[in-house]
Amino acid sequence: MTRYTSVTDADLGEMLGTIGVDSIDELFADIPAGLRLDRPLALADGLSEQEVYEELRALAAKSTSAEDEVSFLGAGMYDHYVPALIDSIILRSEFLTPYTPYQPEISQGGLQAMFEYQTAISELTGMPISNASVYEGPSAVAAAGYVAKATNGRSRFVISRGVHPHSRECVRTLAHAWEMEVVEAPLQNGGTALADLGDDVSAVIVQQPNFLGAVEDLTGLAQAARTAGALTICACDPLPLALLKTPAQCGVDIAVGEGQTLGNRLDFGGPSFGFFAATEALTRRMPGRIAGETKDVDGKRGFVLTLQTREQHIRREKATSNICTAQALNALAGVIYLSWLGRHGIVELVELMLRRTAYAREQLKAVDGVTELHDRPVVREFAVELDAPVERVIARCREQGINPGYPLTRDYPEHENGLLVAITERRTRADIDRLVEAIGAAVAAERQAVGAKA
Amino acid sequence: MADPSYPDDLKYHPEHDWARIDGDSATFGITWYAQDALGEVVFYDAPKLGAEVTKDQPYTEVESVKAVSDVFAPLSGEITAVNEALADKPETINDDPYGEGWLVKVKLSDPGEADSLMSSSDYQASLD
Amino acid sequence: MIREADDTLTIFERSKAGRRAFVAPELDVPERPLDELLPPDHRREEPPRLPEVAEPEIVRHYNRLSKRNFDLDTGFYPLGSCTMKHNPKLHERVAGLPGHARLHPLQDPRYAQGALELMWRLQDALGEIAGLPHVSLQPSAGSQGELAGVLLTRALHEDRGEHRTKVLTPDTAHGTNPATVTMGGYEVVKVVSDSSGNVDLDDLRAKADEDVACLMLTNPSTLGLFETGIEEIERIVHGVGATLYYDGANLNAIMGICRPGDMGFDIVHFNLHKSFTQPHGGGGPGAGPVAVSERIEPYLPRPQVVRRETTTNGSNAFYDLDYDRPKSIGRLRGFQGNYGVFVRSYAYIRSLGAPGLREASETAVLNANYLLALLRRQGVAEYLPAAYDRLCMHEFVLSGGPMRHELHIKTLDLAKRLLDHGVHPPTVYFPLIVDEALMVEPTETETKETLDRFAEIVAGILKEAAEDPEIARAAPYTTPVRRLDEAGAARRLVVRQAMPV
Repeated sequence: MTRYTSVTDADLGEMLGTIGVDSIDELFADIPAGLRLDRPLALADGLSEQEVYEELRALAAKSTSAEDEVSFLGAGMYDHYVPALIDSIILRSEFLTPYTPYQPEISQGGLQAMFEYQTAISELTGMPISNASVYEGPSAVAAAGYVAKATNGRSRFVISRGVHPHSRECVRTLAHAWEMEVVEAPLQNGGTALADLGDDVSAVIVQQPNFLGAVEDLTGLAQAARTAGALTICACDPLPLALLKTPAQCGVDIAVGEGQTLGNRLDFGGPSFGFFAATEALTRRMPGRIAGETKDVDGKRGFVLTLQTREQHIRREKATSNICTAQALNALAGVIYLSWLGRHGIVELVELMLRRTAYAREQLKAVDGVTELHDRPVVREFAVELDAPVERVIARCREQGINPGYPLTRDYPEHENGLLVAITERRTRADIDRLVEAIGAAVAAERQAVGAKA
Repeated sequence: MADPSYPDDLKYHPEHDWARIDGDSATFGITWYAQDALGEVVFYDAPKLGAEVTKDQPYTEVESVKAVSDVFAPLSGEITAVNEALADKPETINDDPYGEGWLVKVKLSDPGEADSLMSSSDYQASLD
Repeated sequence: MIREADDTLTIFERSKAGRRAFVAPELDVPERPLDELLPPDHRREEPPRLPEVAEPEIVRHYNRLSKRNFDLDTGFYPLGSCTMKHNPKLHERVAGLPGHARLHPLQDPRYAQGALELMWRLQDALGEIAGLPHVSLQPSAGSQGELAGVLLTRALHEDRGEHRTKVLTPDTAHGTNPATVTMGGYEVVKVVSDSSGNVDLDDLRAKADEDVACLMLTNPSTLGLFETGIEEIERIVHGVGATLYYDGANLNAIMGICRPGDMGFDIVHFNLHKSFTQPHGGGGPGAGPVAVSERIEPYLPRPQVVRRETTTNGSNAFYDLDYDRPKSIGRLRGFQGNYGVFVRSYAYIRSLGAPGLREASETAVLNANYLLALLRRQGVAEYLPAAYDRLCMHEFVLSGGPMRHELHIKTLDLAKRLLDHGVHPPTVYFPLIVDEALMVEPTETETKETLDRFAEIVAGILKEAAEDPEIARAAPYTTPVRRLDEAGAARRLVVRQAMPV
């Protein structure tokens, strides 16, 4: 017995007797002898709860989290303040431990929460239909591509270079299996430049704001796609949608995105959730779970999983996607967060981020050796170009307890010394002032080092 | 429709579809057995007018809460009418599969194909 | 305004203009006009109509909602194929440590050593459990792990200049298998099961040719039965140059007892939310790592967590993300995977260790066979016979066919009546090849008393049905809502709150 099992010797005797065997070993008789493992697994013995805790704590101490430094890292996941009420709700047994709501009569809590979440996403994006969530942002973009392929059967995706590098790579990975071509639309001064689209484009995929923080002309891009008979897929950062024109207003067909910023922790990249919302015409092609409102036999209001015939457990090889589950707990955190922010709170939050981002951008632009990478409007993130090796600048900032942002070198080699700086409500003016000073000093020191060498 | 019913004036296809033949035209639908197996129908994806249907090939789908089923053409021809009322009330397929629950009307391209279809009694025998 | 019983009001319907929970921090930078920063033609006219509620209302709303959910911490949850085993409470404590929870995924690896080391150690442990040395933690869920498997197979054959178009799946396969095959760009070919519930070897031989890329298998199968012909299956599949893929949904039956790698599988996926105790969360999150053989390793997703020795005696290991993988299939998702899930699964593996994992599987199989034996007694077995007359592994399937015929209640009715007894029903109507199927998986964390009680409840419901079938047919009675009109929900789709409320 371990601390999680309960078979005593007395139990064992009775149970084996009822089954009609003499030992547990006999229960495994179907396994060919040659396949039986003849040694224990090469893993350490089990540990007490206390020892496991100590080990996990020691591992945690070997990483530098947002608790340990002033961080301006963004690029798809952001260090927002997660209010305490979220944990107090999502750690409740009734939300944490049940399975997918296949028996709706005893899952009304979870199903209603999904319905509320779907409503909140619909409000943010303006799209009439949202599902109950998918895994996360980049795979949601690929899933949207699958919907476009199923809808129009065309052979090519056009994806903006402003879409998150991880999303672009997901699309390429899947498109290869679908024998579809992926063509990249370049960025000009931070905005997507769409060339003439042929009639073989299944979908145009863009991001709003894009990876470099720029607000795109989403309406124009969607119009160009529509003219070519292609769908428009837009990966959106959800908080800026409180201020930005909605994807629906811009004529987008499928709005997806990474939901981490909505009440979920960083968790080194997951779990979080992806949202997936679309026009009514695409309802029956939506992947994933969808909760719907109905009544029970007594006329009481209730909620059920609906349109399940799209899904793998019924449709099997003809399913709209292979996705089996949602990210129900993370989506619940999302809808609680959005309720906590509220209609006015979300606007105030994003306006605060907008102004602080503008301040940071202004201050950094004024630093010698730092230039804006583009001058398009931004909301909560922007990119600069440094006249010094970006990795060296980051190292110097670290010494000041500051993580200044994400270096663009690997993902955008054309911006070898580019730096992506993210501002959340946790980064105060004082933090920003420190950032500006640290970068300024670092760039100056690096330039001086180069000058001295020359 | 609560009790099994297989009208004698219709011809039946092994994939659980019926045809009511009238000269060189026919009306198609699904049988009592099919709607019973499906359960409550929630959606009928109506094919387009003028579309060609081919004997033994699926020409559309009927969707219930728990399943989606291909609907097979008992005979070949061109669709001349589609039951529009099913868009609002797809459950008519369950309530009246041989009457108001008809799916399409077809102008037959080869009326001789009807010879290979089953009678009501042969179809019922095949269900056992 | 809808006037409903208070408990079904949505958070939007509790909204009242002016209420709020969030107060924004003071604006400490210049209050530049919005128009300057974000021109009006980029802006929406109306903000999203989110609820206006204060904290107490939000807390009460979701607390009350939670009480309309049945959950594993509260009661028995024998859902076949889902492995609803206890979620250790330690795991939330360790997952919440800031060094894990507030770590940014793009933190420089030099400053994320704790996380990368944890991932590497988890990979190592999973590889040992599977008997396959190379592990990717990237896939977000079992079905994404399956997709990885199909794409890895494709990459292998393409690298050899082969073009194959089909993937074989048994007729007992979980729906994600064929859905994944289609999504992976292949055609599904079904292989039938024989009368013992195993893959029919003759049918497999007939269908396995050089156009087949892969056979996807669950072992034990979804019938809870070990594929006794697995060695022959391996010969057939590898004989035509196809890969053998292991759907790890039923791993709970064999940990420490046998290993898919030793059976000849090339690719294995794990469901960390099944055998490795990640809480199900009402339908996610989970994780679906894959373990692969040497020949598949080059194609693993990018990036891979690796360990680099920085000194020759290996004392200074550096854990890193390796992007330099030219043959990789690419990415299935962003960043590195569901790290929060890895923390919990790693804590579980460290808690149990080799002996504990083996004991978990042995007890899972013991509990299932014990419950099966109870349900094969008179009073139950005539109506709910076991689908196959064999010892089971960690789960078993009963058929409600005789029950329907004799007692005039269906498996669905039995399930609904179980709700009135405070237990979650087993999986119903799966696998598809068993008439009125009922799939029962008790798991190892249940006591003998719970199993005894469940058997009594089932016997009681059958006895009740013999006297009056109508009771089960109209069940449940004591749940927050009774049977729901699912057809109506699909016909008249309402998937969001209408506004204004």
